[in-house]
Amino acid sequence: MSDSKNISFTPESEALIKNLTKRYPEGKHKSALLPALHIAQAEHDGWLSVPVMDKVAELLNLQPIEVYEVASFYSMYNLKPVGKCLIEVCRTSSCWLRGAEDVVKHIEKRLGIKDGETTADGKYTLKTVECLGSCGTAPMLQIGQTFHENLTLDKVDKILEEWKDATNHSTYLNTDTFRKI
Amino acid sequence: MGRKLLLENDHIEGIHSYELYRKNGGYRSVEKALKTMTPDAVVEEVKKSGLRGRGGAGFPTGMKWSFLAKPEGVPRYLVCNADESEPGTFKDRYLMERIPHLLIEGMITSSYALGANTGYIYVRGEYFYIIKILEKAISEAYANGWLGKNILGTGYNLDMHVQCGAGAYICGEETALLESLEGKRGNPRIKPPFPAVKGLWECPTVVNNVETIAAVVPIVNDGGEAYAAIGIGKSTGTKLISASGHIKKPGVYEIELGISVEEFIYSDEYCGGILNDKKLKAVVAGGSSVPILPADLILKTANGEKRLMTYESLADGGFAAGTMLGSGGFIVMDESTSIVKNLHTFARFYHHESCGQCSPCREGTGWMEKILHKILDGHGTLADVDLLWDIQRKIEGNTICPLGDAAAWPVASAIRHFRSEFEAYVNNRQSIPDVKYYFHCNNLDAAAAYSSL
Repeated sequence: MSDSKNISFTPESEALIKNLTKRYPEGKHKSALLPALHIAQAEHDGWLSVPVMDKVAELLNLQPIEVYEVASFYSMYNLKPVGKCLIEVCRTSSCWLRGAEDVVKHIEKRLGIKDGETTADGKYTLKTVECLGSCGTAPMLQIGQTFHENLTLDKVDKILEEWKDATNHSTYLNTDTFRKI
Repeated sequence: MGRKLLLENDHIEGIHSYELYRKNGGYRSVEKALKTMTPDAVVEEVKKSGLRGRGGAGFPTGMKWSFLAKPEGVPRYLVCNADESEPGTFKDRYLMERIPHLLIEGMITSSYALGANTGYIYVRGEYFYIIKILEKAISEAYANGWLGKNILGTGYNLDMHVQCGAGAYICGEETALLESLEGKRGNPRIKPPFPAVKGLWECPTVVNNVETIAAVVPIVNDGGEAYAAIGIGKSTGTKLISASGHIKKPGVYEIELGISVEEFIYSDEYCGGILNDKKLKAVVAGGSSVPILPADLILKTANGEKRLMTYESLADGGFAAGTMLGSGGFIVMDESTSIVKNLHTFARFYHHESCGQCSPCREGTGWMEKILHKILDGHGTLADVDLLWDIQRKIEGNTICPLGDAAAWPVASAIRHFRSEFEAYVNNRQSIPDVKYYFHCNNLDAAAAYSSL
């Protein structure tokens, strides 16, 4: 087990994680693990370090291994650092048919990185992903919780520009995403 | 114009809000069911409707409900499968974004029928903005007395929660979904026991797709017979079709089951024809896992009959000459499409999404992706095409869950119907539609010569 003493969550996040466990019957608090990991990731620069996962284990009263095995199974949990702007481009059939490859090549050229890499300044990470359920508005990419659809290369340029001076990491959820019980 | 049951009020601006949804007849099915019907009577209407699971399997919903075990003192659960991840499918997202209260209403009416006092809606993680929409709708339902204790003064209690996934296609398989909902890796369970007996936390559980649960609303409002009057034979009611690919009007369409495939592709009411008026080459009619069919076989069956948008007509001819309605993820490809390249995107998808429990799927999906990559790279041999065939055959039917089949079928059907394209790729190091493009990029004289052929 790593040293999770230096890891802290905001009181709001800790309260939210505790609150999430109320959605399940007594003793079934492990069910809160997936949303808790999303909250942890959003609060810690968009990725899950071992100490962060250990802290989640502590908050939910789970063994660290229970957290690691889940975090390593699901594709939305990043187990290494990512750029402020995590660009996820869909590459499956419908998006491919409507030009996803061109979108990926364009971003690679613009940012000087390959799929899976992060720019040296830590601003952008490019990741190709599997079907995001936006096939009718292909090609598309996702940044945080936002779907950017019906992409053209001009649109892609504008999106990249918007993130140029970002100070915070893109996140899938906000503090008010989950209803409090 | 076909009748619309789910998207009837989709055109109303702001129908996502509780006020407008209610004003336009929303939550009537809850009032009717809770105040005037017994739970069994609701199940009976669903049976009469002939509704079949809209997630892809097409299993009769009423029958699935009737399997639910009801041991004394054990809680039962209704879990909504909103883990929509089958490539080509985006109808549930559309429905939840546009008319979230329709799903909440369907969940309440269905939970009442099943005697469940807690319901969960498991939404794929990538749809986080949808989760926010659903959480708001649930808050509104609580605030207006549709959820909570003693609903409508009937003594019926129901709590509802949204659960988020985190990126895993496999969690659309119902037992993997339940594992995930329990906070674990999404590894499918061995069946039996089925979720109806041992589901969420080992309690009796029904897992239904978003569209299936939404369809319970018109079924209860208008009666199962009225629903069954729409459609043909065992394909009753309406279906949401997600149309994508090379068509003029991609989007979600609610169709009456039974319209022809030709009408769906070419009519202005639906897809509006092929993009740039090119020729139709192939269609994947029900999401990535169903067999791909070439234009002639998707428009007409092997017997020369008009192919219809029904479970039976699309399956006519078996896997030799037919396909499946599946999730209704309708992907259209024009004449310029390389079938081999498209198949590579599917093979890569299934390799990425295999949970890794069963060797045939874990290893086989990787081999298929690698072989297709080799062929696309120009290093393939004719024996590789046979090897692909052999691998898919050995995956099919040899895994715990249907992901193995889902990975095998696209490969089998692409080779079955488009073998010459694989061979052309091997022999010419390019796919047929690519030759022109290749010449164009590399040698303009050759391109001109090729064009004049």
